[in-house]
Amino acid sequence: MDPKRSRNSPDSPESTRFPDEVLERVLSLLRSHKDRSSVSLVCKDWYNAERWTRTHVFIGNCYSVSPEIVSGRFPAIRSVTLKGKPRFSDFNLVPENWGADIHQWLVVFAEKYPFLEELRLKRMTVTDESLEFLATSFSNFRAISLLSCDGFSTDGLAAIATHCKNLTELDIQENDMEDNGGGWLSCFPENFTSLEVLNFASQQGDVSFDALERLVARCKSLRVLKVDKYVKLEQLHRLLVQSPQLTDLGTGNFQQELTPRQFAELESAFRNCKNLHTLSGLWDATSLYFPVLYSACGSLTFLNLSYAALQSGDLVKLLPHCPNLRRLWVLDTVEDKGLEAIGSSCPLLAELRVFPADPFDLDINHGVTESGFIAVSCGCPKLHYVLYFCRQMTNAAVATIVQNCPDFTHFRLCIMNPRQPDYLTGEPMDEAFGAVVKTCTKLQRLAISGLLTDLTFEYIGKYAKNLETLSVAFAGSSDWGMQCVLRGCAKLRKLEIRDSPFGNAALLSGLAKYESMRSLWMSACNVTMNACRILAREKPRLNVEVMKDDETDSRVDKVYVYRSVAGPRRDAPPFVLTL
Amino acid sequence: MSSPLIGVGEEEEEGRSNVTLLDSSSSMDSIHQNVSELKERNYMGLSDCSSVDSSTISTSSADNSCSFNLKATELRLGLPGSQSPERDPELCLLSSSKPDEKPLFPLHPSKDNTCSLSQKTLISGNKRGFSDAMDGFSERKIAGNSEVNAMLSPRTTPNLAVKSCTAKDNPVTQPAKMKEAVPQHVSQERPRAANENGLNRTNALNNSSNAKATKAQVVGWPPVRSFRKNTLATTSKNTDEAEGKAGLGALLVKVSMDGAPYLRKVDLRTYSAYQELSSALEKMFSCFTIGQYGSHGAPAREMLSESKLKDLLHGSEYVLTYEDKDGDWMLVGDVPWERFFKHWMKIDTCMKSFLYGLAAQKVICSSSNQCEVKYICIIFQLLGLLEKDRNKNYAIIHADVAIPPANIKGKELE
Repeated sequence: MDPKRSRNSPDSPESTRFPDEVLERVLSLLRSHKDRSSVSLVCKDWYNAERWTRTHVFIGNCYSVSPEIVSGRFPAIRSVTLKGKPRFSDFNLVPENWGADIHQWLVVFAEKYPFLEELRLKRMTVTDESLEFLATSFSNFRAISLLSCDGFSTDGLAAIATHCKNLTELDIQENDMEDNGGGWLSCFPENFTSLEVLNFASQQGDVSFDALERLVARCKSLRVLKVDKYVKLEQLHRLLVQSPQLTDLGTGNFQQELTPRQFAELESAFRNCKNLHTLSGLWDATSLYFPVLYSACGSLTFLNLSYAALQSGDLVKLLPHCPNLRRLWVLDTVEDKGLEAIGSSCPLLAELRVFPADPFDLDINHGVTESGFIAVSCGCPKLHYVLYFCRQMTNAAVATIVQNCPDFTHFRLCIMNPRQPDYLTGEPMDEAFGAVVKTCTKLQRLAISGLLTDLTFEYIGKYAKNLETLSVAFAGSSDWGMQCVLRGCAKLRKLEIRDSPFGNAALLSGLAKYESMRSLWMSACNVTMNACRILAREKPRLNVEVMKDDETDSRVDKVYVYRSVAGPRRDAPPFVLTL
Repeated sequence: MSSPLIGVGEEEEEGRSNVTLLDSSSSMDSIHQNVSELKERNYMGLSDCSSVDSSTISTSSADNSCSFNLKATELRLGLPGSQSPERDPELCLLSSSKPDEKPLFPLHPSKDNTCSLSQKTLISGNKRGFSDAMDGFSERKIAGNSEVNAMLSPRTTPNLAVKSCTAKDNPVTQPAKMKEAVPQHVSQERPRAANENGLNRTNALNNSSNAKATKAQVVGWPPVRSFRKNTLATTSKNTDEAEGKAGLGALLVKVSMDGAPYLRKVDLRTYSAYQELSSALEKMFSCFTIGQYGSHGAPAREMLSESKLKDLLHGSEYVLTYEDKDGDWMLVGDVPWERFFKHWMKIDTCMKSFLYGLAAQKVICSSSNQCEVKYICIIFQLLGLLEKDRNKNYAIIHADVAIPPANIKGKELE
């Protein structure tokens, strides 16, 4: 976005002579950054008004902009959301020490935003030193959320707990966090009562339960509590008794020998939680202890069972108690029968994620199949978000599914065996995804799998007009496929491709496109250094980063292309070559 | 007799010159054996064709150790790929698909193994025979990588045995057939990324000696976040055991020790470090060796210390070894526990069950005149027991207990 581009709006001068104060007052009510981006493009006045009133900035790629630029444009930021590494780093495709370190940002923020309150990071590298720096530099700091980050340990959490006197949110999710003991919980001062969100479900070790219990007892505003799997059922009971006001609960280990009295007490504690709308954790849960939950399940809208290896029978028992579910995450141990139960018990379901319990197991007798998916689609017409890991699928099944649920906005299908065809007909899965893009006009995010030819990409380019994110793996036959997508999907923002036969022609066909996208990732494709150099030369506002393993091969292993106003990054490690 | 040394080609010389393993027919002669060679010993001599025999004795080895064919139990050393002629060809399973030259360090990727089936003659005592056979026959047999080979018990899966050895008498043709059977499969595996993902060993893909049996693991595929993968790997083991289901793949393995009247069962998942596994095994089996010292078979922890056991066994030291998918005897402990443990997870799913028995080798120094190395070997076997239709994880770990030469007493270890 070019700040100098805004001009005074044409014609009616009255509409532009808003008093600044009024304009700012109005604009300060805008929350969505897309709206704010649009507003800032209207004219110079509006641009200025917007920048002075923006309090939250979302940066989808931490290298697309520098902290200096951000702080220069937005002087009043109190909340920052940053995303770092490419998404494929979740799957070990990005080597370690790639970058996305938060520290430089914190240094600048400490100077420019001393009143910073919130920091939400995804796929960034965060060290303990950074956390300590954060905790000590911002006196008003309230909320930290780390999702899929790495580089820190519980010592960093201790620093946060010790120094952030006004902390309301400590949300540590799915991180690669070193566990140096659970003592960090004890670091919250005894007079500390402001916590509202506490999520340490991804911790891999014990915490000091006494400290936790006292903390929960004194933080009366606590609404989100997600403990790690080392918290036992009877400990959970004690926590629940202290915090019946919880709206989000992540239990610990859900399997323990309970006496009937303990069972009853736990059940009563759950019954007292009248506001519970999210339930997760449930490690090692079996249907044996589900009855304690029943009374709390009536108001549940989000149930995360993806850490409990339940069987279909377990789900059949539980789901009728959860009629209001909107979001459900399960493991594929529930199998098709479990999915049928979902279809029949959860008419309001909008999001379903089925994770593989054993991703490397290729025995198709396990897990879920296409019939489970069909069953869900029949029973849950409001389904719009699905993430489905399966070992077999057919074109016909997918066509049926999208007929039943034409409102998909996120369709992520992962057939776990790469390049697997329709198992009944032996054909490629092109028609399946063709059906998806033709029927689901609102589709924003698509992840494809199975045996796919260029035809899939033709369909996508032709029909998926609202598509913003596309994930491709082991798919396509030639450059033509990628070209179709780049040409056809006007709203495409993120394209990530791995192990597909797209080469230089495909890469270069998107020359005009990449600046309108957030990023492009290609790994294990047929792209060579030459094409990357050409791309870098033609488009100086793009950062073209390549990673090559093999010196002799002219092909690049990984190329990551993203637009940036900050120029090439200065912290690139030696294995990343910025062209 | 020159004994083929399976496992490490480089060790061949050592093997030849030093080791005269149990000569079954003869009385227990003194045997020169370096401790270091324990791991290179070809236990296949005991485990392959004689697995027919030994499978029947797997549960009570003490009794059966005398009953089966001593010759069959003879330990042999030899080159991989070589065949020991007097082996019962019935169990001369398919090619090990190991090249003759094996990398010393099996962690090394060896791409050339991809279609090396054909040149392999059957190796009697090839540990992987059955697994290879099995996998060759089902092209979609794409189990996860298995560091350890599955051995079918012919007793329990006779069909497979027959299938896999269609030409029992023609072992050489078998690999060729298998090769044809699986080239498509293997070639499909080729394009898959050869990189290891965080959970797999580097050589997993490339060791397609097993690759035809094992699915090539691709980095970052299926796209499941590491946190979730790790969590699932270590969760719900208790549940599954309690319910008798494998669920997320509880690694229930049987442990048998020769001389013990009954077996024990362990779940590899309950251990987070080698030390735990080692001490658990010690604990389990110490009751047999030190029964007279302990109380009720549940001796106190102090008694289970290694030093104590050492004393009891006259300075013997437990050495845990395991057999990896190359057939090499690896010292347990070199690989970080997590990786070691995760290897067991990627096992061929077609195996319903297998077990093979291995008798304890007892060697008694008969001559007291010379300062000879007495070698006593107690083989612990962890036998994978696969739950029906479920679990496919198994592991084979052998623990050797060797008595250093200094402490020779004419004592037989029961």
